[in-house]
Amino acid sequence: MSFAAIFEHPLGRLGPKALPFWDMLQHPTEANVINGCIATGAAGAVVIGALATVALITHYGKWRVLWSEWLTSPDHKKIGIMYVVLAFVMLARALIEAWLMRAQQAFGLGGGFLSPDHFSQLFSTHGTIMIFFMAMPFLTGVINFVMPQQIGARDVSFPVLNSISLGLTAAGAALVMVSLVIGKFSTGGWFGYPPYTEANFNPGVGPDYWIWALSLASVGSTLTGINFAVTIYKERAPGMTLLRMPLFTWTALCTSILMIFAMPPLTVATAQLALDRYLGFHFFTNALGGNMMHFANLFWLFGHPEVYILILPAFGVYSEVISTFSGKALFGYRSLVMATMGIAVLSFTVWLHHFFTMGQSANINAFFGIASMLIGIPTGVKIYDWMWTMYRGRVRFTVPMVYSIGFILLFVLGGMSGILLANPSVDYQVHNTVFLVAHFHNVAVPGVLFGMLAAYHFWFPKAFGFRLNERWGMLSALCWIFGFTLAFFPLYGLGLMGLPRRTVAYTEPSYVPLEIVAFVGAFLVIAALGALVVQLWISIRDRDSNRVFAGDPWDGRSLEWASSAPPPEYNFAVIPVVTGRDAFTTAKEDGNAYQPPDHYVDIQVPKNTAMGPVLAALGFVFAFGLVWHIWWLVILSALGIIGTMILRGFARDTEKTVPAQRIREQHRRWLDALATATPISRADEGKSTNRGLADHAVAGLVP
Amino acid sequence: VGQPETFPVEEGNARERPSCSVHWLPFQGSDGGGTWKHTLVQLRMNRRAPLQGVRSLGTKFRTRLAALFATLLCGCGSDRHLSFLNPQGPIAAIQRGHFFEVLTVLAVLVAMPIFLLTPWFAWRYRYGAKTSRYTPKWDSFWPLELATWGGPVVIVVVLAFILWRDTHAIDPYKPLISNQPALRIQVIGYDWKWLFIYPDQGVASIGVLAIPAGRPLALQLTSATVMQSLLIPALGSQIYAMGGMVTQLHLQATKPGRFMGENTMFSGRGFHQQQFTAVAMTHDGFQAWVRNVQLHGIPMNEQTLKAISQRSTRSELIAALPRAKSSDGNVYLTGVTAALFPTVVKATMGGTAIDLANAGARTPGGARANPLPVSGVPIRAALGARR
Repeated sequence: MSFAAIFEHPLGRLGPKALPFWDMLQHPTEANVINGCIATGAAGAVVIGALATVALITHYGKWRVLWSEWLTSPDHKKIGIMYVVLAFVMLARALIEAWLMRAQQAFGLGGGFLSPDHFSQLFSTHGTIMIFFMAMPFLTGVINFVMPQQIGARDVSFPVLNSISLGLTAAGAALVMVSLVIGKFSTGGWFGYPPYTEANFNPGVGPDYWIWALSLASVGSTLTGINFAVTIYKERAPGMTLLRMPLFTWTALCTSILMIFAMPPLTVATAQLALDRYLGFHFFTNALGGNMMHFANLFWLFGHPEVYILILPAFGVYSEVISTFSGKALFGYRSLVMATMGIAVLSFTVWLHHFFTMGQSANINAFFGIASMLIGIPTGVKIYDWMWTMYRGRVRFTVPMVYSIGFILLFVLGGMSGILLANPSVDYQVHNTVFLVAHFHNVAVPGVLFGMLAAYHFWFPKAFGFRLNERWGMLSALCWIFGFTLAFFPLYGLGLMGLPRRTVAYTEPSYVPLEIVAFVGAFLVIAALGALVVQLWISIRDRDSNRVFAGDPWDGRSLEWASSAPPPEYNFAVIPVVTGRDAFTTAKEDGNAYQPPDHYVDIQVPKNTAMGPVLAALGFVFAFGLVWHIWWLVILSALGIIGTMILRGFARDTEKTVPAQRIREQHRRWLDALATATPISRADEGKSTNRGLADHAVAGLVP
Repeated sequence: VGQPETFPVEEGNARERPSCSVHWLPFQGSDGGGTWKHTLVQLRMNRRAPLQGVRSLGTKFRTRLAALFATLLCGCGSDRHLSFLNPQGPIAAIQRGHFFEVLTVLAVLVAMPIFLLTPWFAWRYRYGAKTSRYTPKWDSFWPLELATWGGPVVIVVVLAFILWRDTHAIDPYKPLISNQPALRIQVIGYDWKWLFIYPDQGVASIGVLAIPAGRPLALQLTSATVMQSLLIPALGSQIYAMGGMVTQLHLQATKPGRFMGENTMFSGRGFHQQQFTAVAMTHDGFQAWVRNVQLHGIPMNEQTLKAISQRSTRSELIAALPRAKSSDGNVYLTGVTAALFPTVVKATMGGTAIDLANAGARTPGGARANPLPVSGVPIRAALGARR
């Protein structure tokens, strides 16, 4: 690249060819037209969706509210909610892609309707989105919203950093969305193995989109991990010792530690691949000393802990949900803490099981195989402890609890196939087949996604002050459970029949019946998504009859329930003092859960800052410029990023004071509401009489 | 080279179709085939004694499960064996045995208790239940916790034993024990076809891997392009093929038959077409096949190799190289020697085009790469001896 090239090609390699309908117009073959129409439709949906959002915000005059109440807010609760919104948007896209892939394979005997190139973009974006832009934002959002409240903190340790992390993740997601409209995404799958993703095999923009989307997300997640870990270590309320922390906070801590140590290998691997692609290095090339095996090692050194980054917070959610809806203390708390930590440590010792078939000796494979099976021990302990929690409890079949029971039953099967895959001799057969696809969906969907959806139903009333509609929620949960089962259990069979993953078409007629069953499952999953949308719509419509301002709709056990719903910006008018596990339950039993303090003091909260959205925009532009080789844009946005950070260094007035008087008013209003509310027994939990004050008495439940 | 349109590829072989009634339901471990009774599996069966208890525990369950799988995975529409659950060789047989051993242990000891207890607890201790106990503060009981940890530990110890034994038993790098010498095959992964070289026979094929039944195969694999993975499920393990590196795989077919073979590692546009059929033949059938290829195959020369190296599917290759056309859609090549494979490895590693003039000099390195038997034969001789 010479300096003159910047002026010769001001748009880099961006040109009309980047448009999704260009091929179709140039070469209108039947295949090109079908694929062009689907791609153009998807691009149109993105553009129209974005335009509609802008139009609606303008129509209702909400730009100012959006900017000052949400985008620039350093409040961990609002950042958490924005993460979850991002996760739902990306979930919708990735689910539609999944449906499209199942449709293609159902008709894939000898062809189907999608081109191989289109299909491979679908599985690449589906995987990338589900891991980095659905699951990660979802769990980060839930932890953001719940964890500081559970430990009795006012906010995370670094609120502005939190906002920046969200911005970087959103920028990565935006990059993936833009790749639908301009250019093409990678075809190399979510782990993008070189040398396939090297410039000589894939010179286009696809792998670059993938590299920079992942880089943005991984930097954001590393910062999030640091932020959460420091918060848990430093911001706990008095008396909240480590072994009094709710289990969800424990899982959040373990996930944060994993993020800190596991994300850098990914950042390094994608950076090295970028050096190969942009500057002609030879880290992972076939030739001149490159070795793709290093990428496999680095990627899975991230990739396997990543699996537990995803699943541990979900385990935390199940612990809270099962304990709460069984009306019973969590069984084996210390065991569960040890199991969580054990999983976190072991997760760094098993990465090699992702490539047993790369030619290592039997000793190495056996070692990593056994290490992988060891993870089954703490996981099994967890499952049993949840069962012992239900044992001699009083189980209420609410939506989160249905997800949890569905999770236990389905996850056991996913764990079983995981143990099977941990055996190198079996893995040699089913590696890279759809058996593997079935396995990781069997742990990721009932494990991670059900956990996150349970969390969504569980904490939604806390976040917005009204409960979600139970009936539509239940319908969605059942659609998820049965849809998942139909969609993925056939894939176990297909994998045992030798069907490789990522195959656009096949020639064996015997694959067809199971593919069709899986396709039916995909319809149910789409129905589940639809039910979630309807549920949200109906719940917002009926919000006034489902308000739970008193803040404790489920007879909760931990501190996040000890405030109004939604909680005030500073979370707690007075920081609670913790004397044991299940702090809020203990307080309710002792009758001092809702005590007015002697006096109120001023509270310092962080001021709004534009750092998050500004760095998000600059980060996006920087990455977009890199993808398309628009060098002037890269230089300008890089300068912008550095300049913004330097400018922030000069900001001194970063906090504002909430006066004691206002705190007093807000707190008293909540206490007044509590005084007038009727305590609701668990039998009436789902009725509109539930205003968020729980009748904690257990009389009548004991025979 | 005048090539007859009806090139008899699998002449003299029993082209057995896997019929449901014959092949699937009996599910005997070793199929009673006489050819490898003295080999690995036999040894292994004897070594299984310590696990006898575990095995008998789930034998009945296992048989039923096997029947279920058999029905499910029959593959009746196919004329090729698709799955290791109907193993056609000793490695796949061990893998099937291992699969069902682990599955049985897990199903009986892990899944069953949880599937019984979870719904039972949820219902018996449901909100509103009048007859069951309610102990809201009961949160630990050390004997129960001990059992909760101990159970999974015992299961994993048992499974770890099985894992260690079988991982070593079927290490893909381990030559199979046999009274017959192994047949050497060199495999080069191209986009999007596999080139199978028979260095000792001087022939090569694309689209079909002809093998003698009952004789061990020693495969060496490399890739001339991106990472690939060779799998013939009915015979046994898969292993990666990587550019500039050589990996190894040892397989064997028990009796004549046709087996699906494929690349399982996504490699681009033609990935799904990178399939082949492994055809196990009788000893005489294989000799006849080799002779046929030697007589009727097209010579491997610069032009042929260049066409093969293109990113193209097999049918695109044949379209670009009409001489390669055969009646069964496969490509047959003659005049291929052992020097071609190391030359390709070296050229891929060096980032150079295959230099036909200075071929096959040094030994390539790589993942546990064993030194290849590289003759000092100039590549011209290696490639096109007949020209």
